[in-house]
Amino acid sequence: MKQTIPIVENILSANDRLAEENRARLDAAGVFAINLMASPGAGKTSLILATLATLAGRLRLGVIEGDLAGSIDADKAAAAGIPAVQINTGGECHLDAVMIRGALDSLPLGQIDLLIIENVGNLVCPVAFQLGSHLNLLIASIPEGDDKPYKYPGMYRGVQALVINKTDLLPYVPFNMDYFRRGVQALNPGLATFPLSCRTGEGLPAFADWLVGQVQHGRKKNPR
Amino acid sequence: MHEMAVTESILRITLDHAGRAKASRVSAITIKLGQLSSLVDDSIRFYWDLIAADTIAEKAELYFERVPARALCLDCNTEFALPKDSFVCPNCRSERFRIIAGDEMSVESIEVET
Repeated sequence: MKQTIPIVENILSANDRLAEENRARLDAAGVFAINLMASPGAGKTSLILATLATLAGRLRLGVIEGDLAGSIDADKAAAAGIPAVQINTGGECHLDAVMIRGALDSLPLGQIDLLIIENVGNLVCPVAFQLGSHLNLLIASIPEGDDKPYKYPGMYRGVQALVINKTDLLPYVPFNMDYFRRGVQALNPGLATFPLSCRTGEGLPAFADWLVGQVQHGRKKNPR
Repeated sequence: MHEMAVTESILRITLDHAGRAKASRVSAITIKLGQLSSLVDDSIRFYWDLIAADTIAEKAELYFERVPARALCLDCNTEFALPKDSFVCPNCRSERFRIIAGDEMSVESIEVET
């Protein structure tokens, strides 16, 4: 006998449930987690290292590094004294909640205030997979071009903060900041935005202050 | 781009519901995909043949309902299809709008034989 069964279930609902478990675990340990996304080369690892230096001990950092292969990023973080776990996704274009669950086992959560999860360099897939983080942060960098919000609307809609990196290159690269910002504003009105340069340090103090505020705010919402 | 993970999830949801209905075979699956989900149905079909092999859903027909991206202008209330290269309301040229459709990504129904 044939029969139609209505389902209407979000395709990634299993991942979303695991992400909730990850978030509960982070909350219990008092860890504020950021899912850091960007295209390859936008400066994800540079931002982590520059932020560490700018914070000057105000927050204890930990990182999870997601890459297709290798441990270059985790090695850099470890060299800077940050507890770091490398996830190699094999061919997968994004991190998911299962991978994060495994990585959390390897981190000293009690010694971390801010966990930065560096996603695979990609402006499409990562935003579809919740990890259990408290905030999605995107880095756009000047040499990528000013049309990225128009080309990757899903990514620009799925984040709660935006860093515009490599502002030191603005004099050398055709980048219409007004056109870029109008695209961002249309997709994500009022998005917290931080223009900065990891190379010169311009804009980093404001970003670091904001991060400290986010972590403190998160603590108030989820007191241990 | 992440169609393999998505196809695995579609199979898991399908087998879960088919199992509860004590189905012997799944003959069709209807999947709703919004334009903004960045998912390619041909790619899902390709992975389906590999991933669903040797399950009761291996011969299932996949039907895709595509949902275009639509927006609602916050200034003049016009509903419009989201243009690909510029984000402005076609009626009043406002750049303030809310996206109201196009994010969909769900298994809508399955057809089973019991």
